[in-house]
Order: sequence, then C-alpha cells, then structure tokens
Amino acid sequence: MTSPLVKIRSLEKRFDLSGSLLEQLRFENGRFRRKQEAVHAINGVDLDVHKGETLCVVGESGCGKSTVARTVMGLLSPSAGEIHYDGERIDHLDGKAVQPYRRKMQMIFQNPYASLNPRMTIQQTLEEPIRFHYPQWSATEVRDKVHEVMHSVGIDPDWGSRFGHEFSGGQRQRIAIARALAVDPEFIVADEPISALDVSIQAQVLNLLMDAQESCSLTYLFITHDLAVVEHFGTRVAVMYLGRVCELADTKTLFATPRHPYTQALLSAIPRLEDDRPNHIRLQGEVPTPVQLPSGCVFHGRCPYANDRCRQEIPQLIATDGGGQVACHAVEEGRL
Amino acid sequence: MTTATVSRWDRFRESFFWYSFKRDKIAILSTLVLLLMVLAAIFAPWLAPTDPYDLAQINIMNSELPPVGLDGADAAFPLGTDAQGRDLLSTILYGTRVSLLIGFGAVLLQGALGILFGLLAGYLGGKVDAVLMRIADVQLSFSTLMVAIIVGAVFKASFGNLMFGEIAIYMLIFIIGVAEWPQIARTVRASVLAEKKKEYVDAAKVMGFGTGRIMFRHILPNTLSPIFVIATVQIANAIISEAALSFLGLGMPETQPSLGSLIKSGFDYIQSGSWWITLIPGLVLVVLVLVINLLGDWLRDVMNPRLYKG
Amino acid sequence: MALLEVNDLDVRFAVRGGDLKALRGISFSLDKGERLGLVGESGAGKSVAAFSILNLIAKPGYIAGGQILFEGRDLAAMSERELRGIRGNRIAMIFQDPMMTLNPVLTIGTQMVEAIQAHRKISKKEARKIALDRLQKVQIPSPEKRLDQYPHELSGGMRQRVIIAIALLLDPEIIIADEPTTALDVTIQAEIMALLLDLCEQENVALMLITHDLGVVSQVTQRMLVMYSGRIIEQGPTREIINDAQHPYTQGLINALPQMGEPGERLFQIPGSMPSLKNVPTGCPFHPRCHFATEQCKQAMPEYVRSGNVNVACYEVANLIEQEKRMQEAES
Repeated sequence: MTSPLVKIRSLEKRFDLSGSLLEQLRFENGRFRRKQEAVHAINGVDLDVHKGETLCVVGESGCGKSTVARTVMGLLSPSAGEIHYDGERIDHLDGKAVQPYRRKMQMIFQNPYASLNPRMTIQQTLEEPIRFHYPQWSATEVRDKVHEVMHSVGIDPDWGSRFGHEFSGGQRQRIAIARALAVDPEFIVADEPISALDVSIQAQVLNLLMDAQESCSLTYLFITHDLAVVEHFGTRVAVMYLGRVCELADTKTLFATPRHPYTQALLSAIPRLEDDRPNHIRLQGEVPTPVQLPSGCVFHGRCPYANDRCRQEIPQLIATDGGGQVACHAVEEGRL
Repeated sequence: MTTATVSRWDRFRESFFWYSFKRDKIAILSTLVLLLMVLAAIFAPWLAPTDPYDLAQINIMNSELPPVGLDGADAAFPLGTDAQGRDLLSTILYGTRVSLLIGFGAVLLQGALGILFGLLAGYLGGKVDAVLMRIADVQLSFSTLMVAIIVGAVFKASFGNLMFGEIAIYMLIFIIGVAEWPQIARTVRASVLAEKKKEYVDAAKVMGFGTGRIMFRHILPNTLSPIFVIATVQIANAIISEAALSFLGLGMPETQPSLGSLIKSGFDYIQSGSWWITLIPGLVLVVLVLVINLLGDWLRDVMNPRLYKG
Repeated sequence: MALLEVNDLDVRFAVRGGDLKALRGISFSLDKGERLGLVGESGAGKSVAAFSILNLIAKPGYIAGGQILFEGRDLAAMSERELRGIRGNRIAMIFQDPMMTLNPVLTIGTQMVEAIQAHRKISKKEARKIALDRLQKVQIPSPEKRLDQYPHELSGGMRQRVIIAIALLLDPEIIIADEPTTALDVTIQAEIMALLLDLCEQENVALMLITHDLGVVSQVTQRMLVMYSGRIIEQGPTREIINDAQHPYTQGLINALPQMGEPGERLFQIPGSMPSLKNVPTGCPFHPRCHFATEQCKQAMPEYVRSGNVNVACYEVANLIEQEKRMQEAES
C-alpha cells in the first residue's frame, strides 16, 4: 500500500478548564491546593487517510470527532502527537511554510448559516480565496474560475452579487462547498456537512460531494454522527468514544460484523424504515464527561461485557480477521 | 428566485431599515431637524447675515439688543445680539458648526481608536486583551470631564491664551476623542467575541488568511451596526462634553464661540435681563442633542444589538 | 367520535406585506391511545400544527379558521382561561429543548409539585408522591435524589426523561411531542423513543409525534401524515405509506434516505427546496419540484383521493386510480 495522504499519530488534545493560577486555588481541609481541570477531548488517536478514500469518523457528541477535524485543519493545535500531510509533518508549521497546505487542505462546516460571511456577496466570498492563493491570476481568470465552481455546485453564476442570507440552507452549503473547491484542494475535511439540512436537501449535498470527489479526485475526512450516511458514503469508518478510536474497519465489514460492543449498540440504534418498534441494544447509563476519564477502557461503565481487566487496562487497537481493528479486551480474549 | 440582479438602492428600499424608518414619525422628524441643522451649519458662511469672526463687522453699540418682537429690537438682528454686539443668529449658526465639528471629529477619533483596540483585544484575546481592557477600565474610572479639565488646563497654561484659541478646536477633538474611546472599544470587543466563534471566521483561517485580513475584512464589517448605534449616541455626548468644557472656560474661546461658549458668555448677562444670549443657544443645543439621541435610540431598536450601554 | 378532530384548520402569520399562510386547510383526527406521526421538512408547518392545537402559536401567528375539537369542544374558540385547564392537564406537550419546559432556578421536585397543584387541589406531600411515581415510570436512576436536583445537574437524556415524567403527571389523554429526540445522541434517542412508546401503550395515551425522521415514525407510530408547504399531502397507516408511498414527495423523501440507496451510488434526489411561505406556488405546492407535474398541477390544489387506506392529494395518483378503475370495468 502507498503511504497515506494524511497521517495522524498519537494525537491528544486537552482544553484547560481551570483558568488562571488564582482561579485554580482551592481551600480544602484547612489548606490551599492547586486544582487543575481539563477536558480530555482526544486521548491518543492514530488514523491514516489514504488517497482517494472517504474516511468517516462517527461517534456521539463529546467523542472528540470534531476536535480531530479541527486539529487536522490547524484550527486547534494538538496537545501532543503529530499530523503529517503527504509525508511532511505540518502541525508545527507556521506563517509562510503552512500556506501550500492551506490550499491543498480545505474544510466544509456544519452550519451553512454561519459559515458564509454575511457582509460579503457570493462573488466576493468565492473570489477572495482564489486571489489569495493565486495572486498571479488575472481578473478574467479569477472570474472564470468562480463561474466554473459555481456552475459545478449547481448555483447560477448570475447570483454572484447576492448575499448569503438570500439563499436557502442547501444552497448555502453548495456555496460553502464551492468555496472549498475554488482553490483546487486535494483533501477536504467535512465536519457534519449535512446535519443542519433537511432530508431531501441532504441527498442533494451528499450527491454533490460524491460528484466532486470523482471529478476532482478528492480525499475526504468525513465527520458525522449519522451512521446511515456513513454506510452509504464511507470507504472506511472509525468509531470514536470519549476521545479514543474503538473500532476501525471497511464500511462493509463494520456494518456486516461490528466487533466492538459500542459499535454494535450504535448500529442497533439507527431507526430503520423496516422496523416496527425500536430494537436497540440497551446500554447502561450515559456517556461520562471527558473531564474525568474512566480508568481502563473508556466504555467499561456502559459495557455489558466489562470485567476487571476492562476497568484497569486500556485496550489497544488490535487487528481482526475481517481486516479491521478493534480496541476491546473481550474481543481479544475471545469472550465476544 | 429571479436571476435579475438587484441594485443596492433597490436592496435598501426593500430593507427592514427603510421600512421601519418610514413608519417611525419620531425618526423622520429627528432626521429632518438634524439634517436642517447640519446643512445650516455647513452653509453658515453663506446663510449668516454677518461674520461673527470678523471684528470689522461688529459694532459694540449694538450690544445686548433683544430678539425681534421685544422692545428695542433691531430688524437687522432677528435673534438679537450678544454682549459684544455680534448678531446672535450668525453666532449660533457658526457655533453649531463648531459644536458639530467637534462632535463628529471626536467620535471619528474615538471610533478609530475604539475599533482598533476593540478588534485587537477581542480577536487576539489573552494578554493583549487583558492589558487593553485594564487601560480602558482605568480610563473609564476617571470622568471624561475631569480628564479634559486637567489636560485642558495644562495646555492652556503652557500655550497661553492666544495660542490656545487657535488650536482649541483640535484640542477639544483630541481630549474628548481620547477620553471616550473605551466606550466604543468595549462594544467592538463584545461583538468581536461573538463573531469570532462563528464558522465563517474558521473558514477564513482554514484558507490561510492573515490575522489582519480576518480582523478588518471579515470581522469588522459584521460589528458595524452596534458601532453605528453607539457612535450616534457618542456624537451627542461629545457635543455636550464640549459645551460643558466651554462653559467652564476650557473650551472654545469667545472669538470663535461654540454653542457652549455662547451659553457661557451670555450667562454673565442673564442677571441684567439679557436672557436671550444664553437661552437661545441653549435651546439650539438641547434640540441638537435631543434629535441625535432620538435617532440613536431608534437605530438601536432597529439594529437590536445586545450592546453594552455606557 | 375521535378524541381530537382538527377540521380545515387555517393558521396565518400577520407580517408586513400581508398574511403568510402557514397552514392551509389541515384536517386530521386522533383516536384514544393512537400514535400519529407528523412528518415534514422545516417550513412544512408541522410544528405550527402542533402548537396551534393548544393555541400556543405566538404573535404574529393566529388561527384564521377551522375547528380543533377535543372531546367535542372547540379549542380554537376557547378562552385563555379554559385552555389553561386543558394544557398540561388533558393535553401535555414535550418540546425539542427540555429547557423550554424546565425552569433553571427551581428543583425538579418543586416544578413537578407546582404543575400538579395548578390543576389538582391536593397537598404538597401527595403531589410529591405522584411526582416520584412518574419519575420511577420513566426509569430514571435514583428518582428520590432527582426531585431535589436542579435541571443543570442532569444530562440531556435525563432531562428529556424528566420532561416525559412531567408530561405524564396528570394522566393526560394526549401527548404532543415536537421533535423530542432531535437534540439527543443516537443511542439516547433510541432509549427515549422506546420509553415514550412503552409508556403511551401502558397508559393508553394518544401520541402526536412531530419529527423529520421517517425511521422514528415507522418505529413508533400507527398512522402518519406528511406535510408540505402548509398542507397535508398524504395521510394513512404508517406501514402502508412507508412501504408504498403514493405522493411523489413522500416517495422522494423516502428514496432520498441513504439507507435506501446502494452504498457508493448516487442517492435519489428531489430537485430544488421547499418554497418559502412568502411565495407559495399556485396549485399543488410541490409541482415545481415534481417529475410528474402537468399543466393541471399548476392550476388548482388537487383534492384528496383514496388509494388503499391512504388519502393522497395528487392528480397523478388520481389519474392512475381512474385508469385502473377503467381497466377493471373494461375487463368485466
């Protein structure tokens, strides 16, 4: 196999909650103590994204999937770990050195109502990145490119002088996709790009993303909570829980034979059209807060198969016979 | 959706702004009055019967003439004359000009400082924010008038009366502008904090745009409406501050009177029965400040920003 | 007689430039213990329909016509005072955001006791006992503890359980649930939906479930109505509609779901988007997006025709039924 386009290695991200030194001081049992708290959003994630594939990252809120996306794009700096693009480490680059990657790597956001600058026309929104990354282009070249991308996402180029708020949610998301495509990227991170849209519009946008992938040979890192979309759209899937990857496999394999108990529960919870009643696997309790991580396997508190080892030892990803990877002691020991 | 492009003017005419303006009688009236006063001030040299700055046109024999309609009035001076024999109508026209100039000038300066510091504090955050906002706090804890009095007095003492008279207008713009920038800076900072969380700012960062471009091209235009509202109110405040300073003798000299210094100059004669020298410019000042404040209120309602009211 | 019967309901929003018609001639009924799903995309009017039943639409919205008969009495014509006796008591509502119901500064127990005492003259102690019983019913862990907790101390899923407990406090006849699980995670959503379904069955409460999720509708409801641009375009038994939708919009909605497509293939897509209330097309509101649209569709809104147990408003479906009938006549 060729080397991956994007390589994420033992990535960690903590958000400090405790504020300044003065705010950290607590008075307990007759003495002052310094108390530091942090949200452990990502706790050691390794992922490879291969050229031309769509890697989907799924999980529930607080699992760190969006943090992975934002860290890969450089919107957040990692607390530990490395991010490589095409063999180059990029997480510590700054200023001029990072500019080429700012063109090659693009992002599509969740909320099309917030991701377009309300004071800019569509033409301005699309022209600015092209002018910025291709300063040598003439005005005509820039305009032609804007027309081309608007055309490719199904927005009439004559609407360029309008503002974002004059468009519907679906159209705005098309414009946001056009902005990402305008600078000819190789890799696109899509952070829940359809979850703010209506059902009939979701299909339009997913089709558009698939068309764009084919015609521009794009690689996607697709963040979503919607497993039905993953099944349709993803080449491979990474399931995240509390900042860790608990299962990673080809989409087909994962949906046919989910190994991790959490993946199994997640799959069973999708409301399917053919169901007459909810028939999900019942989990105990709810997702713990990422402030105080459980010891051992992060899932042990809700897992029906948890034993003492699960409560103490953190499971590592191991290869399964299906070609995937799973982090679960029960699978490793053959209990599951 | 039609494909026809809409001009800016059409867009404006269809906007909520214009719609609510048309329906608000107070806003329309205030705008008309303000427009009238601004135009009168701008065209004062052509409108005024005499030039109050030109000593040759002043005759001390005409001093303290009452307005038309009262005993001893002279038809040449419809609003009467002041203690030096200047035509009060002309003096008020020129005075409004000076007051408005200082008001707008001071707010321009406040705006420039406030926007710059507010953007830096809000967008960069951290230490920059802490330092700038503490400076703003310290400055706000002194009353504007107090600062102005001290600075004004120092300048007056070091330049002497004559020199001070020449630079007074710039001085006042500078003092009021510098003393009140924290008001605007805080408003800007608050909106920047709200805006910078929005995804369009992330989108700009992902594109690789620099900090300056993101702050000024992307965030600033989205914080303009609260700035606009607070700036309107600040113009009125600046005019009042100037009037107060002038009244205390630290503002415009009597040779180039503003509304405030006119009120002050007439105040000495109120006991001798020449009330109009104080009252008429006072009324003009009240009307001017009132219409600006009414417009400011209306703007705030229309734009409805959750703004910090200083 | 049906428990709830909505006849020809018109709801409008008075805005500048005239009224916007949010609901145009909505009719449906709900029997005792029945579970009905209201499906549609945003802007279809499904939430307006839910809110107008208890006359909870906020200004500038108003009911412009039609009846809402609850046990034979017209809710649309009732005074605010009379309505208050029904809201929360006979008909309860569950909102998408639990914090619309919960007051952040009062404990769960206080709020539940207040809700009971607003409608029943009983002591605080008895009210607390009822509250505890309902919290047990929604399977909240350690219910006694929850009574003295504040809403912010609970997780999203637990808050929604509390909301369901509050809805059940006074043994209502109907629960109207407006997207009750949309803000929740998939696994929690499944739990809450299953709970709501179980409780409605046990207590024989009628449920009106407003949602955009066809999967949830098929799991929970017995009958469903599909709304588009302020009208009901299809209504009938859920299974029948899901398996064999008649209206082109319903078909499109179902076929656009990723679970209906072959992995990696393009999804079926309905072109365009729902018209805004400001410019609703003439005739059938769906015609600009419809593959089958003819001149007739642009002229007038189609009448309902019956296909199996389903009522559909579509000329194409009407024509097909007509053709079939003629074929059968020709054969016999």
